[in-house]
Amino acid sequence: MRKILLWLSLMATGMVIGVAAPVLAANQHQEYAVGSPPFTEGIFPCSNCHAGLEVNAKRRELKDEHTTIKLHHAEQERWCLDCHNAANRDKLKLADGESIDFTESYRLCGQCHGNIYKDWKAGVHGKRVGYFKGGKRTYFLCVNCHNPHDPKFKPIKPLPPPIRPELNNGR
Amino acid sequence: MMSVGALAGLSLGSISCSQVEVEDFLQKHFREMSAEEKKQVIKRLEAKYLKKYGKKFNISTQEPEAGILWGYGLDIARCIGCRKCVYGCVNENNQSRKNPQLQWIRVVRQKKGSMINLENAEHYYNPETVPEPGYQYTPVQCQHCENPPCVRVCPVKATWKEPDGIVVVDYNWCIGCRYCIAACPYKGRVFNWAEPNIPVAELNTEVHYLGNRPRMKNVVEKCTFCIQRVRQGRYPACVEACPTGTRKFGNLLDPTSEIRYLIENKRTLRLKEDLNTESKFYYFFSA
Repeated sequence: MRKILLWLSLMATGMVIGVAAPVLAANQHQEYAVGSPPFTEGIFPCSNCHAGLEVNAKRRELKDEHTTIKLHHAEQERWCLDCHNAANRDKLKLADGESIDFTESYRLCGQCHGNIYKDWKAGVHGKRVGYFKGGKRTYFLCVNCHNPHDPKFKPIKPLPPPIRPELNNGR
Repeated sequence: MMSVGALAGLSLGSISCSQVEVEDFLQKHFREMSAEEKKQVIKRLEAKYLKKYGKKFNISTQEPEAGILWGYGLDIARCIGCRKCVYGCVNENNQSRKNPQLQWIRVVRQKKGSMINLENAEHYYNPETVPEPGYQYTPVQCQHCENPPCVRVCPVKATWKEPDGIVVVDYNWCIGCRYCIAACPYKGRVFNWAEPNIPVAELNTEVHYLGNRPRMKNVVEKCTFCIQRVRQGRYPACVEACPTGTRKFGNLLDPTSEIRYLIENKRTLRLKEDLNTESKFYYFFSA
């Protein structure tokens, strides 16, 4: 009996550690110095408008507000409140219900895009600027480059080609 | 400002030489200068730039740090050929804008399926938008070879590899023979066929003696991995200019660096590996 109790207590300790580990991992997310999320001017905090509005989770055409958002990002599988937090409008939410800040949105994206998230954390996907020495570099958030509602890059105009040598001798 | 070679030629024609020109002519090779001599040269150069451009330049001679060997990573899967890196580099590094136009980065467009055959590649493409269907893009610049052919052919040792791996040019020592341009398999070097032409308002005054200080007619120049930035721990200008996060940079000797991560976790290639140049410019495929 005592053996079983000991075993149980060991298990319980293990579980506590098991629970503690993800919390630690969550804290580690804080180490990324990120830029500010690209909010449309005046749109944040969302609760300014949403505080008095009834929650409507139904898929529908948005006619009054957010009319420029055309969801083109696995739109068959999700709708606004799968990522935006209905309980706290100024936050996002993960699949497990955890409420996160907009500055931590990479954790939201990382839920599906695991390989990219891994590369991003290592500094190989995405963009960083500033001083890579001394910890003063800034990570771009996923949403600084990809529109979260329509993430695919759009073609852009290239800068001018070089002048051909026969026109470029300067002599 | 003139190079030593040009000045030597000139002094045959006309006997009169200003004090500054004499000092220019008698200036030692950068690596043979004492700390005090470097200080004098920098002082003279700063005065010269102030007179020429009316701007106060800050010329650094910052030395390399021990334990650093710079390496570059470029994600071929992500480059869209927009040339933002080219112009980011031009602005940072004070390249001549036109007559002559000099650029240190060349973005090569290739037909899909023609990665290796550069005969069919071109860098004058100019469509309405990029990327174009059916094409891929490979930016090329100085590859900072561990075994650089350009250094070996220089008859006056005006170009050399620094201990942190950056291949540099002492513009004041260059005689303009262009052997290095002929020797480079990557077309990584360009020549000032005429007096460089930069709008004064666009000059970058934070410069390094071996990097982006304004050059003179008759000298060779090239990418220095932005020596003036990276020795302070900043990313090169092209890394920061790229809108798609294609460009990576770091210390090859640091196992936790971005460059080491990508070499260890991604498929990589170096251009013309068969020439034994041991380039430190790694092209990789993110996916």
